[in-house]
Amino acid sequence: MTIEATDARRMGPLIPALAVPAAAWKERAASDAAIGGHAMRVESLSAWYGNHLAVHDITLDIKPRAVTAIIGPSGCGKSTLVRCLNRMHEVTPGAPRVSGRVLLDRHDIYAPGVDPVQVRRHVGMVFQKPNPFPSMSIYDNVVAGLKLTKAPSKAVLDETVERCLRQAALWDEVKDKLKQSGVSLSGGQQQRLCIARALAMAPRVLLMDEPCSALDPIATYKIEALITELKREYTIAIVTHNMQQASRVSDFTAFLLAADDRIGRLVEYGETAELFTAPKDERTEAYITGRFG
Amino acid sequence: MSSDTYAPPLAPAYPPGGRSIFEADARYQVRRGVARLMAVLVGLAALGAVAVLWIILGYVIWRGLPAINWPFFTQRPLPYGEPGGGVGPAIAGSLVLLGVASTIGVPIGLGAGIYLSEFGRGRFADAVRFCGDLVAGLPSIVVGVFIWALLVRHVIGHFSGLAGAAALAIIMVPIIVRTVEAMLRLVPHTLREAALALGVPQWRVVLSVVLPSARAGIITGVVLALARAGGETAPLLLTTLGNMFFNWNLSQPTAALPIQIYNYAVAPYDDWHTKAWGASLVLIAVIGILSVLTRLATRGKKLA
Repeated sequence: MTIEATDARRMGPLIPALAVPAAAWKERAASDAAIGGHAMRVESLSAWYGNHLAVHDITLDIKPRAVTAIIGPSGCGKSTLVRCLNRMHEVTPGAPRVSGRVLLDRHDIYAPGVDPVQVRRHVGMVFQKPNPFPSMSIYDNVVAGLKLTKAPSKAVLDETVERCLRQAALWDEVKDKLKQSGVSLSGGQQQRLCIARALAMAPRVLLMDEPCSALDPIATYKIEALITELKREYTIAIVTHNMQQASRVSDFTAFLLAADDRIGRLVEYGETAELFTAPKDERTEAYITGRFG
Repeated sequence: MSSDTYAPPLAPAYPPGGRSIFEADARYQVRRGVARLMAVLVGLAALGAVAVLWIILGYVIWRGLPAINWPFFTQRPLPYGEPGGGVGPAIAGSLVLLGVASTIGVPIGLGAGIYLSEFGRGRFADAVRFCGDLVAGLPSIVVGVFIWALLVRHVIGHFSGLAGAAALAIIMVPIIVRTVEAMLRLVPHTLREAALALGVPQWRVVLSVVLPSARAGIITGVVLALARAGGETAPLLLTTLGNMFFNWNLSQPTAALPIQIYNYAVAPYDDWHTKAWGASLVLIAVIGILSVLTRLATRGKKLA
């Protein structure tokens, strides 16, 4: 019996199964094509810090309403890659630069004249360390993005707070203390609050940069369950250094690796079930079997 | 003890009757002694630093309290020989001067601090930072002479409250710039990233996320600047001159507490010396009350 199955039984019928089997995925992909959903496509993307090339020539698809995991050892550029997908790379200190294209529903987010502020409203992000705004209440944290970009009515705000906190599986835990500070919550709750905050902007794509690396196993489990739940509606890309997590939550996996030149390159990309059971590249196999990294 | 608790047999002491492995050697004992001595010395230094404040405060209260009565706050200063008289115009003048100086200095200082922390990159920011430090180190009498040459001699043409307020503003700005920049830099970068990732424009991130997070520190900076400007005497002597009467016209010479203290203190009369101590006590109280009021007025308020 796998560890996940044991956990799932102990914690009750929270979620059915974390990873969707390949056959089920193909079935769902067919229905997705009918329903639509937002997709991203990364084309020949390279990113620099000053003169240092951090990731080189990445091309991959982020499929609609599925979870794409980006895995690889430390320093392989997986965070850099994901931060290029909502133009957050360019606010990183250290003379950041990007080349290549990133298409969101066939619109290039790096096209001339595109305002990164507008891109980020469509591509939400959850960070490694939970970062709720300490000067705001739980309520205000959820609608911070709405309040600071538009002027919605009280009714819209109330509705958004409840809907997003429910989506983030946090509503029952905080519904009686919405006026309390966001930083009064536990680490796992804070991270779900940050997810709710990202969802409130109704993003087309949700990026997660190692969302569980600062959390304990139970909080991690809840976030993973939440990711599985969210992919019914959202397109998700998740960076993780935890291969078990990638195999549990993702439908597709991209494996990045930096050789001795410290330049991150895409080694293999494919359906998670295949990549983890029958990797095509021997470096992938070495990594997922724990022989390095 | 319940039977299911693990209880190992107690080990015999080791070595039996020999030297303990924890015994301190001679060199360590010396070092430990020096460490304790140093701890006592830094403690005394801390005590001394605080004691200065209480000695000054206590002495000012002891010498100044006899001068304090209600007319002292409300009446204007009288010529020597006439009993009574007070520092009413000086209190009013100081408050007006600080108010006008803050109106000029706080927006400039706050703006420059925000620029340096949030937008400033490269040579221009470095130059601004360097010049700010130079202005902070400028002797206040030099600021006074400069304002005298610029405003008193030329633009306005005579001594005035406005010139004094301008001099005080020049003294306040670098203090505010420094504290605001330092406090904003303490706000974690992850908070800015969180807001930017929501699609919030940078100016809104600064206004609604960064500034509120640093509010307490920014207010401390403003209060520090107020306290510093409130006690300045040298630039006021050359700009506002002082006034024996109530004056609300900023284009005229205006009374101020530091000038009043100076005038009372340099006079050869015991009664005026007591009044100088009394005015010093009032100045300390005014600064203290301003600090508390600033904190109360900005407590729990959002900047946007």
